[in-house]
Amino acid sequence: MKLNGNGDRRSLLRFTTAGSVDDGKSTLIGRLLYDSKSIFEDQMEHLEQSSRRLGKEETDLSLLTDGLRAEREQGITIDVAYRYFATPERKFIIADTPGHIQYTRNMVTGASTADLAVILVDARKGVLEQTIRHSFIASLLDIRHIVFCINKMDLVDFSESVFKDIRTDLAGVADKLEIEDPHYIPISAKKGDNVVEPSGNMGWYKGKTFLRFIETVEINKSKNGVSPRFPVQTVIRPQSSEHHDYRGYAGRVAGGTFRPGDEVVVLPSMLRSSINSINVYQKNVNEASSGDSVAITLNDQIDAGRGSLFVPPDEMPVSSNEINLMACWFNETPLRPNGRYIVRNYSCEANCSIKSVNYKMDINSLEKNFNDSLLTMNDIAHLTITTSRPLFFDPYKENHITGSLILVDETTNETVAAGMITE
Amino acid sequence: MNINNEHLKELENEAIFVMREVAAQFERKVILFSGGKDSIVLVHLAKKAFWPARMPFSLLHIDTGHNFEETLKFRDNLASELGVELLVRYVQDSIDKGRVTEEQGVNASRNKAQSVTLLDAIEELKIDVAVGGGRRDEEKARAKERFFSHRNEFGQWDPKNQRPELWNIFNGRKNMGEHFRVFPISNWTELDVWQYIMSERILLPSLYYTHKRKIFKRNDVFLAWAPFMKLKPTEEVFETEVRCRTIGDITCTGVTLSAAQTLEEIVSEIAATRVTERGGRYDDKRSEAAMEDRKREGYF
Repeated sequence: MKLNGNGDRRSLLRFTTAGSVDDGKSTLIGRLLYDSKSIFEDQMEHLEQSSRRLGKEETDLSLLTDGLRAEREQGITIDVAYRYFATPERKFIIADTPGHIQYTRNMVTGASTADLAVILVDARKGVLEQTIRHSFIASLLDIRHIVFCINKMDLVDFSESVFKDIRTDLAGVADKLEIEDPHYIPISAKKGDNVVEPSGNMGWYKGKTFLRFIETVEINKSKNGVSPRFPVQTVIRPQSSEHHDYRGYAGRVAGGTFRPGDEVVVLPSMLRSSINSINVYQKNVNEASSGDSVAITLNDQIDAGRGSLFVPPDEMPVSSNEINLMACWFNETPLRPNGRYIVRNYSCEANCSIKSVNYKMDINSLEKNFNDSLLTMNDIAHLTITTSRPLFFDPYKENHITGSLILVDETTNETVAAGMITE
Repeated sequence: MNINNEHLKELENEAIFVMREVAAQFERKVILFSGGKDSIVLVHLAKKAFWPARMPFSLLHIDTGHNFEETLKFRDNLASELGVELLVRYVQDSIDKGRVTEEQGVNASRNKAQSVTLLDAIEELKIDVAVGGGRRDEEKARAKERFFSHRNEFGQWDPKNQRPELWNIFNGRKNMGEHFRVFPISNWTELDVWQYIMSERILLPSLYYTHKRKIFKRNDVFLAWAPFMKLKPTEEVFETEVRCRTIGDITCTGVTLSAAQTLEEIVSEIAATRVTERGGRYDDKRSEAAMEDRKREGYF
C-alpha cells in the first residue's frame, strides 16, 4: 500500500457489491485487493493452505471474505463482510453481501451505508432476475452511483456487440428504476481486463477501468440534504467549576450546514433559539456540515435532549403520527399485523402499530402485489405505521438519516425491519 | 481538528458518533483497556467526544499477569490524568478460584482464560456495555462483527444471529443480564490507527518504538522473552532492536525487528509491510476459526 504525505486529502468511498454464486464477485474483490496489494503475505499463505485443504485447484479468493466457520464449510456467504483497501487516490470500504434472494436483508444492510453499488452481470447470460433484484435494492436504498460490471467478457470473445446489447437492456432497467447515472464497464475479473489495468483485448472500450472509475467518481457527501438537520444524541453537562454552565448538545450533523448565530427551532418542543457556539473538542468552529460530530450550545436555556432535532425555522421537516414507508423485513418471525413495535428514527424513539400493508414488491419482476399482506423474512413491502406521538422526519430520497427508520420487537428487542420513508 | 487526511476525519466522526450512542443507550459503561494502541485511541476518542465533561466510562483492564511492566505504568498514569475510574481484574484470581485451569506446556497462554475473567467482571460490576478496540480488518471473524454486538446472558456471541445494522441506527436494547460489546473503530485499518496517532500526536508506551529487547523465535514469530516463559530446547534468547506492532499478553505478542524511532517512521513501515499485525499474534495461529471460537465464548 502506498501512502501519500501528511498533507493529502484522500477521501473515503463506501461501496457495496451484490452477487450470487459464480458471477465472479469474489474474484473481482479478490483481484482488487490483490492488485492493490491489500492482501498480505500471511493472508495469502493462509488462503493457499485453506484452498488446498478444501481440494481446490486454484487459490480461492472468496475464502478471504467468508470469515465464519459455517460459511467456509458450506461454501456460501451468509452475512455482510466488510473489506478495506486503499490506493494512493482513495480509501475504500467494501460491504460485500451475498446476492441470493434469501439474503435480500443482507443486501439492504450493505446498501444502507454505500455511496456506490457494483452490480455484476455475466456477459454470457445478460440481464437476469437477480440483476433486476440487485438494481432494485440499489435504487430502493437510493444509492447515487450504480456501476454495472459486465463480467466474463473473455468467455464471449471480448465482443463489443454483446456488451452493447447488454448495456441497452440494462439501460432499460435503470430507466424503469429511475437510476439517474448508471455506468457500464466490460471486464474480466478472472483475467484482469479493465479491473485495474486497461484491457488489451477490448480496444473498443474507451472508458475508465473499474478501479480508475471508483477512484475518481465524485461522491456527493452532502447528499443528506440541503436542509440543515441536527439530531441530538446526548447532552454534555460537565458540572465542573470551570465549565459550570456549559450545556452542549452532542450529535452528528445529518444535513446542510449550521453556523453560530443561526436561528433554530428545537423539535419536538417547537421552541426557538439560536446557536451560540459549535464545539469540536476544545475548539470553536465557524460551521458544521453534514457528517460532522460536534457539540452545539444554544443562546437560551430550553428543553432539549436525546431525540430532539434542530432545524431552521423556514425548512421544517414533515411532522406526523402516520408514516408511509418501504420496509424490508429482517426477522424470522413474520410481521404481526396487530403487533406493537418500537420505531427508531435517528435518535428518536416511539411506539407504533402497523396500520396497513399496502402492497408487497415482487423484487424479481418489479410487480406490486396488492393482495398479499403476509410479510416474512426478506420481503419488501409498502407499509403505513401509526406512531404513539408525532415524529419529525423527511422523505428518504431527501435525507437518508432523518428519512430512515428501524422497527424493533418490543419483546425480543430484535431489529425486525428497516424502512425508508416515502412521504 | 488537526487531521489533514479527510478519511481520518470521517472515521473520527463515525467513532465519536458511536461513543455518544453508547453514552446515551447504556448505564454501566466501560472501555476495555489493554494498554495497546487501539484502546489508547479509544480513550482519546472518548475524551474528545464528551469534552468538556469527563468521559462517562470506567477503564477495565483484564490483567493476565503477563504484562510488559511499562504498559501498567502507562495505564495508571492515563487513568489518573483523565480522572476516570480504573478497574482491574486478574486472570490469576480466576485460576485461584478454580474458574479456569491454567494451560500447561511451552505454548501455554492465558489469552483464552481472559474471557472467563472478563465475563465474571461484567457480571460482578453489572456492566451493560464494554467498548472495545476491535477492528474488522484484523481478522476474518471480526469482518462480520457489528458496531453494537449483542451478548446473551452467558456472554456469548452468536455470529449467525446478529442484529442487522443499517445506516447509523444502533439498537442497544436488551434484557436483564445481557450486555453489548461496542466497537467504535470497526472501520479503521491498522494504517488508519497509526496515521491518526500521528496526526493527533497521541502518547503511546515506548514499547511501540524501537528498543533493545531479549527475544526468541518460535514458529517464525519473534516473541519477547520473559523469565516465566518456557523455552523449547532449540530456542535461543538473544537481544536485538525491536518494536511491538501490537501489545497484549506478553506470551503471545510478537515483536517486529525494526529501526523505527518516530511515528513517521512507523507509519512508513506499516504502509510498506506485507504481513498483517495478527500475523504476529501467536493466539491466532492456533486454528482457522481460533478468533471466532474465542469470540463465541466471550472474548474481546
